[in-house]
Amino acid sequence: MTGRRPAAAERSAARRIVLAFLLSAAGAVGFAVTYALGGQTQWEGGCLAVAFAGLALGLATWSRRLVPTGGYVEEHDGFTPPPREQALASAALTEGDSPLRRRGLLAALGLALTALGAATLFPLRSLLSLDLSSPGEALRNTPWAPGVRLVNSDGRPLRPTDVPADTVVGVFPEGNVDAGDGPAFAVRLDAQRFAAPPPGGHLGGLAVYSMLCTHAGCPVRLFLRGTGRVLCPCHQSSFDLLAAARPVAGPAARPLPGLPVEVGPDGFLRATGDFTSPPGAGFWDRP
Amino acid sequence: MIVDRLSLAVDNRLRLSPVVRKALAKVFPDHWSFMLGEIALYSFVVLLLTGIYLTFFFDPSAADRVYRGDYAPLDGSTTSAAYASTVQLSYDVRGGLLIRQTHHWAALLFVGAIVLHLSRIFFTGAFRKPREINWLIGVTMLALALLNGFTGYSMPDDLLSGTGLRIIYSVVESIPVVGAWLVFLAFGGEFPADLVIPRMFVSHVLLVPAVLVALISLHLGILVRQKHSQFAGPGRTEHNVVGSRLWPGYTLRTLALFAWVLAVVFALGGLVQINPVWIYGSYEPAQVTSPAQPDWYVAWGDGALRLFPPVEFRVAGHLVPAPFFPGVVLGGLTFLALYAWPFAERLWTKEKRSHQLLERPRQHPVRLGVGVAAVVFYALLVIAAADDVIARLLRVPLLDVLSVLRVLVPVLPILAGAVAFLTARALRRSDAAGIGDLTRADMRSVRGPAPEPREAGNEPERPARDRPGERIEVWLEDGVWRWRYRDDAARVVITGNRALWSAEEAASAARLAYPGVHRVVVPGPPPPPPSGPLRAAVRRWGRAATAGSLVVAAIAEWRRNRRRVQRVGADPQDPPPTAPE
Repeated sequence: MTGRRPAAAERSAARRIVLAFLLSAAGAVGFAVTYALGGQTQWEGGCLAVAFAGLALGLATWSRRLVPTGGYVEEHDGFTPPPREQALASAALTEGDSPLRRRGLLAALGLALTALGAATLFPLRSLLSLDLSSPGEALRNTPWAPGVRLVNSDGRPLRPTDVPADTVVGVFPEGNVDAGDGPAFAVRLDAQRFAAPPPGGHLGGLAVYSMLCTHAGCPVRLFLRGTGRVLCPCHQSSFDLLAAARPVAGPAARPLPGLPVEVGPDGFLRATGDFTSPPGAGFWDRP
Repeated sequence: MIVDRLSLAVDNRLRLSPVVRKALAKVFPDHWSFMLGEIALYSFVVLLLTGIYLTFFFDPSAADRVYRGDYAPLDGSTTSAAYASTVQLSYDVRGGLLIRQTHHWAALLFVGAIVLHLSRIFFTGAFRKPREINWLIGVTMLALALLNGFTGYSMPDDLLSGTGLRIIYSVVESIPVVGAWLVFLAFGGEFPADLVIPRMFVSHVLLVPAVLVALISLHLGILVRQKHSQFAGPGRTEHNVVGSRLWPGYTLRTLALFAWVLAVVFALGGLVQINPVWIYGSYEPAQVTSPAQPDWYVAWGDGALRLFPPVEFRVAGHLVPAPFFPGVVLGGLTFLALYAWPFAERLWTKEKRSHQLLERPRQHPVRLGVGVAAVVFYALLVIAAADDVIARLLRVPLLDVLSVLRVLVPVLPILAGAVAFLTARALRRSDAAGIGDLTRADMRSVRGPAPEPREAGNEPERPARDRPGERIEVWLEDGVWRWRYRDDAARVVITGNRALWSAEEAASAARLAYPGVHRVVVPGPPPPPPSGPLRAAVRRWGRAATAGSLVVAAIAEWRRNRRRVQRVGADPQDPPPTAPE
C-alpha cells in the first residue's frame, strides 16, 4: 500500500537479516564442532539455541521489514447454507433406495455392530493375568504370614536389638523385599507413653507398622524424633505412633496397620500374621 | 527458474494451482494471542522429533540390568533396564542428555501453551458457534497431553516418578466399584507391576501421539474450513477475516515463531537441568524423596490431594477413600466443565447465531468471573502442591501453611471472580477505555439493572447503513481484478486477499465481506500512474470505463438473478441490492 520502501531502510534490513542467518550458521557449526570434540551438554544446547535464535531473528526481521503485515481481507461466506441446498443434500442422502430408509435392516445392522463392539472388549481382560480373578483379594493379602522373618533392605534378618530406641528401621518380609505392599517399619518407643496400644501389639515398646501411607500409598519415611510421629513426604499426612498410628494431620483418614510380631526360637523377629488391616491406600472392597 | 519449472511440472500432473492460489492468499489475523496455539503445535513437533531420537536408546523394561558407564556412583549396580538405560542415555550417549532435557522442557511448554491457548479461546468467546467442535477436540488434546506427560515422566522408573505412579495408582484404586479392577487391568497386576513400564511406553510413543496427530490434523482442518475468528475493529465484520496473507508475510512470521520455540527449548534443554533421575536413584517401594513435587501440569491434582480433608465414608459396607474426591471427582468435574461450557453458555444466553467476531473479556462479565475464579482456584492448587517447600522457605510450620491454604482455596477464587465480574460490568456500562479509567461512579453503576435493554439474541442481522466515506473499490491490474475496502473516517484501506478473473467476481467477494457497503467505485489502479502523454490518459480512462460498465452489467445481472431467486422464495434476510454509483 505504501509503495516501495526507501532503499536505505530496505538495505539495512537486508543487512540485519544476513547477519542473523550468519549467526545461525555459526551456531550450527558450533554445535557440530562441540559434538565432534566429545560433546558437552551446555555448549551443545547453547549453540543450537543460538542457531535457532539467529534463524528466528532473520525470519522475523524479514517478515516485519520486507513484506507487508496485515492490510488484507478475505471474505467469509458463513456456515448457514441456503435451505434449498440443505434440502437437496439431505434428499440426495435419503431418496429412493437409500439404505437409510430401511429401518428394519438398520436396526439389525446396529445389533450386529453392538455385539461386535461388545465382543472386542473381551480381550481387554487379558491385560490382567486370568489367574488373578479378584483384585480386592490381592490388595488385602500381603507376603506377611505367620513365621515370615523381618529382614532389612539387604535381606538380613533382624533381632529386637537391631532396633534402637526412638528410631525407625525399615523391615521387609523375608524373600519378598521388593513387594509393593510389604514394606513396614519397626520402631521402639517408651511403652509408658503409649496412649493407645499398637494394633499389632508390641515387644517391650517395639512395634511394627506398615510403611505405606493410608492416603495414597507413599512410604511414610520421615520420623520426627522425640514426638513419636511419622510424616509422609508426598502429601504430609502425619501419624502418631504413640496412639496406635492414628492420623493426626494431613489428608490420611485411617491409622497405619500394625504387624503382629514375636521373637522366634532363632532369636530373630518374625511375623505372627498379616497386617491388622490391608496396607496402603483405600479401595472399595476394603474391609 | 527452477522453482517455476518444478511447480509447473507438479501442477501439470496434479492441477494444484487453484488450491494453491487460494491457500497462499488465506488471511490470518495479526493479533499476538493467535500465536499461542502455534507454540503448542511447534512444541509438539519438537516432542515428536526429540522423542523419536530417545526411543533409539531407551529400554522400556522392568527387567534387571547392570549399569556400566560414565556415571560412577551407579557403575556396576543392578537396576531396572528402564532406569539404567535412562542414565546411560544421559551420561554415555553423546548429545543424549541435551535431547532428553529438551524433550522434557518441550513437554512443559506444550502443556503450558495449550492452557494459555485454551484461556484465550475461553475469555474471548472463540468457542461459540460454529467453533464448538474444535473446542471439544482441543479439550480432548489437553487431556491427552496431560496423560502423555504423566506416562513420559513415569517411564524412567526413578524414585520420584515411581512415587508419582504409586499416587496415581492409589487415586484410580479409590474409584468405587471398579477402581481396583481398572488399576489392575492397566498395571497388569498389583503395584509395582513389571508390565506397566512397557505398557506406558507403547501408550506414550505410539497410541497417544497417533491420536494427537489425528486430532491436530482435524483441529487445523476445521480451522481452515471455518476460517479464523477475529477481534472487532475497523473494516472487520462477521463476514470477513482481516490480517496478513499466508504467503509471504504469515509464512515468514510463523517460521520465525517455530525457530523461537526451538531456540528456547534447546537453550533450556542445554542449560537448565530437569529431572536428574541419577540423583533420585531407581524406584524402591520403601524409598521416597523429600520434597517431592510433580511436573507443573499435574501439580493441581497433587495440591488437591494435599489439601482435601481426611474424609472417607462407607456405602453399604464399602469404602470410598479420601483420594477419590480430590483425585477422581475434581479431575472429572474439571474436564466435564470444560467440555460442557460452550453448550452451557448457549443455554444460558440463548444465543444461537454464529460468531466470527471475538468478544473482549469484559463484554461477558459472567464468563470472565467464572474464568478468573477457575484460574485462581487451579493456581492455588498448584501452589498447594509445594506446601512443604513453602513451609521450608518461610520457616513456618507446615500445618499452618496447610490451614491457610485450606481457607484460601475456597475463598480467594470466589472473591477474585466477583471482582472480575464487577469490574467487567463497570467497564461495559461505562465508557472507560481501561481499568485505570474507571471512576467511582462507574463502579456504583454496577448495581441495579442494566441501563440498556438486553440486545435481542436471535434477530436476523441487519447490515448497518453506508457510512459516508465508506466504499468498495474495484480495479483492473495486470489483467486481473482486485478490490479493496476503504473507510476514510477510520482511515483504513484493506485489500482483498486474492486476484480475481472478473469484475463481477471481485464485486461479489467484496459484497460477501462487506454486506453493508453498497458503494462500489472503479478508481483505476493504485497508485495512480504518473501524468504522462495523452495516450496513457485515454487508455486509463478507457480501462476505467470498461471496468465500470462491466461492474454495472455484472450487478444488473446479479440483481436479475436475485429477483428470480426471491420469486422462487429464497431467504428474505438479505437486504435489497442497491445500484452502485
